[in-house]
Amino acid sequence: MTINTINESLDDAATDDHHDHKMTGIKRWLYTTNHKDIGTLYLWFAFIMLLTGGALAMVIRAELFQPGLQIVEPDFFNQLTTVHGLIMVFGAIMPAFTGFANWMLPMMIGAPDMALPRMNNWSFWILPFAFAILLSSFFMESGAPNFGWTFYAPLSTTYSNGSTAFFVFAVHIMGISSIMGAINIVVTIMNLRAPGMTYMKMPLFVWTFFITAYLLIAVMPVLGGVVTMLLTDTYFGTSFFDAAGGGDPVMFQHIFWFFGHPEVYIMILPAFGIVSTIIPAFARKKLFGYSSMVYATASIALLSFIVWAHHMFTTGMPLFGELFFMYCTMLIAVPTGVKVFNWVATMWRGSMTFETPMLFSIAFVILFTIGGFSGLMLALTPVDFQYHDTYFVVAHFHYVLVTGSLFSIYAGAYFWLPKWTGHMYSETLARWHFWCSLISVNLLFFPMHFLGLAGMPRRIPDYALQFADFNKWVSIGGFAFGLSQLMFLAVVIKCIKGGKKAPAKPWDGAEGLEWTVESPAPYHTFSTPPKVD
Amino acid sequence: MSEKREQNTSKTNNNKVIKKLVVLVFAMFGFGFALVPLYDIFCDITGLNGKTNDVSATYENDGIDISRTVTVQFITRMAKAIPWEFEPVMNEMTVHPGEVKYVQFYAKNKSQQDIVGQAVPSVSPGIAAGYFQKIECFCFTQQPLKANEEVEMGLQFYVDIDLPSEITTLTLSYTLYDITTKVDS
Repeated sequence: MTINTINESLDDAATDDHHDHKMTGIKRWLYTTNHKDIGTLYLWFAFIMLLTGGALAMVIRAELFQPGLQIVEPDFFNQLTTVHGLIMVFGAIMPAFTGFANWMLPMMIGAPDMALPRMNNWSFWILPFAFAILLSSFFMESGAPNFGWTFYAPLSTTYSNGSTAFFVFAVHIMGISSIMGAINIVVTIMNLRAPGMTYMKMPLFVWTFFITAYLLIAVMPVLGGVVTMLLTDTYFGTSFFDAAGGGDPVMFQHIFWFFGHPEVYIMILPAFGIVSTIIPAFARKKLFGYSSMVYATASIALLSFIVWAHHMFTTGMPLFGELFFMYCTMLIAVPTGVKVFNWVATMWRGSMTFETPMLFSIAFVILFTIGGFSGLMLALTPVDFQYHDTYFVVAHFHYVLVTGSLFSIYAGAYFWLPKWTGHMYSETLARWHFWCSLISVNLLFFPMHFLGLAGMPRRIPDYALQFADFNKWVSIGGFAFGLSQLMFLAVVIKCIKGGKKAPAKPWDGAEGLEWTVESPAPYHTFSTPPKVD
Repeated sequence: MSEKREQNTSKTNNNKVIKKLVVLVFAMFGFGFALVPLYDIFCDITGLNGKTNDVSATYENDGIDISRTVTVQFITRMAKAIPWEFEPVMNEMTVHPGEVKYVQFYAKNKSQQDIVGQAVPSVSPGIAAGYFQKIECFCFTQQPLKANEEVEMGLQFYVDIDLPSEITTLTLSYTLYDITTKVDS
């Protein structure tokens, strides 16, 4: 110890860097700056939010079980769809990925922790407040936000039910949390890689999170800007989106989707990273086309900035605009196709085994591709006029977000559970979870394609009689899918409590630095960086 | 010891990266707001959203093209049930490009309260918006009407002689907004 260390003394006190003890009880979690603890917090938070958003979806499906109004009033139905969307996007999928980033990034690049551990603590702990604010609006007289998760003006300004301020502040906090998380990821990856780990030697998982973090830094501030404009329009008399004062409501959609489209890739690029880690492990082959995967990820990220108006084909654009956004959107299918082919090529002639992480990954590849194809259909301007705001859109984005993002999260969770807990999970129960989810999720979302093509509009609590049969099946699928997720909870709790002791590397095809440390991963790993060659 | 030194250098590296990223965050926050004027400029150039000039245009006497006629239709719409009657005195007129015309709109406040209205014009097809020039329009200012007051409001305009030849019909739509609360605050 020299004088140099004095500078670090504060950090040492906060991070317990060189003492392998941790605080006990609630304080351990409140004050923690350990990337593994924070990762765990993010993952549990995301799962709780998944169940919360799922519960709202159950009410939605119960209402839609039969035509007519049974359970909820139309206005409350709007609140349900709005908050369901917000919770799932900002509360479940995004924090789950941040959880993965926290747990795995430092271990994968041989770093002792995230680069900014105290900010890390803060970016997690403001999240529960954001969702407390959002959810508390349910208990207010005027109710929760009811203008759709896309909060189009003037629905969220002139016609707001009074929840706009709560919504705006909640989104601000979520945005700040995501931005801080993203800055942390970028700094960690740029500065804390083990000696010898050049950029093109990083696992693809690390690459996808690196690019996603840049996307977050680029577009979350735009979201912050647009909700601020909303706030001042609603409460301070400005007219950004108010035609009466010289504003333009269509401009809202442009700014929102300038954030919104990169946002959908923020929710899928990390999924690509997880699946690209798991498929090689269980195919016992190297990932096919590593560098093409990196470039594909980067091109998807760049293209995501110039396709936003494909969400707005029906707002009245000149032909040139429609063609431009249509072609750019279809262009994204090229790098995405490269990825799908690479995953298939990785599996080609591999010695595959089908443990649960692999099952979820294969389901991801197939079902995400279905979601991608329906996305391509929606990209075509002329047919989008028919599909716009129908259940076809709902089917599309649930295929990419549930069977895409969520399935990849499950795949990743099963893959790394042994590393996290030190125990093998129950393969039987996990398979039950997989097969029940797979069957019910398709029963839930596949018929929605046909409902949409037949003209059933989204966000409406009632529907024409001819849609009744399909909706009944969809609802049954929904309830089954919701219940199946409790099996995951059971697997995780069982796995934490005990089970077969996991070796350092429980999957024999797995590669990466995280498998060189014992299971469960010690509280502090890679205090001295490993050498990568 | 050596480990500590490494951490120190990485700390200065961290600060450099953090600074850049924070600048990027603020730049993108600003960019969100910069999109507002950019959108207006973009729409001005392309005529995208059908917005017409919001200050009085000066008539440039480039002659009248009597070989062409353009039908200008007038429609009105009340936003959010403002209790007014508001309609054009005539529903359409035929004009030659370059010819100055005058049309009147009738408005009546049918309620027992004083209300400030604001009519917002929009031209369809959007591409024609840049060629529809208003010399004098009630929409340049607010329209305060006392309870039960009625007025006739004038619009003087001409259609630019450079109007693309494929356009033969223009629709000028006024949406009337109740901005009483905004004016009060």
